[in-house]
Amino acid sequence: MLPTPSTSHVCFDNVYEPAEDSYLLLDTLSNAHEVAFLTKRFDKNTPPPIVLEVGTGSGVVLAFVTAQSENIFGRRDVITLGTDINSFACRATAKTVETASKENASTSGIFSDTIIGDLTSPLRNNSVDVLIFNPPYVPTEELPDTSNQEHYNKLSSSTSTSTDAFERDSHLLALSYAGGHDGMETTNRLIDNLPSILRNKSGVAYILLCAQNKPDEVKTRIHAWGNGWTAEKVGDSGKKGGWEKLQILRIWQNLETG
Amino acid sequence: MKILTLNFLTCARKACKPQATSFPLHPADSTLEIQESDLNIIFLQNILPRLDWPALISITTELGLPGLQAEPPEAEDLVVKEGGAKAEGEGMEVTEKSEESEKEASQLGKDLHRLLIETTIQEGKLMCACCGHEYAIKEGIANFLLPSHLV
Repeated sequence: MLPTPSTSHVCFDNVYEPAEDSYLLLDTLSNAHEVAFLTKRFDKNTPPPIVLEVGTGSGVVLAFVTAQSENIFGRRDVITLGTDINSFACRATAKTVETASKENASTSGIFSDTIIGDLTSPLRNNSVDVLIFNPPYVPTEELPDTSNQEHYNKLSSSTSTSTDAFERDSHLLALSYAGGHDGMETTNRLIDNLPSILRNKSGVAYILLCAQNKPDEVKTRIHAWGNGWTAEKVGDSGKKGGWEKLQILRIWQNLETG
Repeated sequence: MKILTLNFLTCARKACKPQATSFPLHPADSTLEIQESDLNIIFLQNILPRLDWPALISITTELGLPGLQAEPPEAEDLVVKEGGAKAEGEGMEVTEKSEESEKEASQLGKDLHRLLIETTIQEGKLMCACCGHEYAIKEGIANFLLPSHLV
């Protein structure tokens, strides 16, 4: 078992606390099957892969991938980046990743930065080799209104009233879980953009889904893109009452002949 | 924010992305800070083909940093050349090479590490030459959220 990065410095009043879904991503990305896949696909003799985590929250997943770069990719020149719409999450992530990277200097890749932004919007097209997303996947009536996001991101705890801080924290936490219709409204926006943002032919995405997200429909939709686009389950949380609660889809262009 | 990161960023506006002028973003009013870190020579050598060298030249110029050479370096330029004084003595015992760990960064390698990894923008802004929008950098973190009328 590779060590789980520490997030003890993070204030979880307004940043998503690592939970079963986060740990499922850690386990999946470091299991022998995925390590073999990633090590082969991003062979040492190719330029360093760029890893982007969308919605980093506490940063536990990005910190793990950065710190364990040698164990996951078989190389220490992997570059990692994170985005989150929540500025508190971005600051927390930077600290989590930098700490884990220092503590695992002999296996760590290169942490580039975290950026406040919506999904992949700050990134150049055709630039991401590995995209990781633990989405807001809980079905809800509607998505949180982000038109006032700047206001919430700037509201500092020291100068705001407790009512304001409570409203801000409720909003920021809602962003981490509320997924709208089928819990898929945000995830669908990200999936639709995958063929643009992932590096042509070699890019891979890992997306966590819950049963209510109708993962089979997601797979069918991706296969319908053609050009070798494939979505396969590569990790799950085990069966509870006959159905899998959480699973991780690997989405990539499978261009091997056959 | 590291200078390396600028190699991957573009304007967040959909309309700008396909336009060549949306990359690189142009730093302005920057407060720079050096944050020292270990030099990873394998990273520096391997990242070269992924760096947009002309963009890097324009960024360093705009930041007022020492000028970069016009052409991107080769991987071998970033390490101290082998076969120096040591290898000249004939009959000298050949020490076994543990391939990667022995590579020592040349001055050029050290300079590139300082530029890409250690030089950070703490405060400032990044401007898109396509639409003119400015993204703020505060406490070392860039903010790419767009006001709703620009999304």
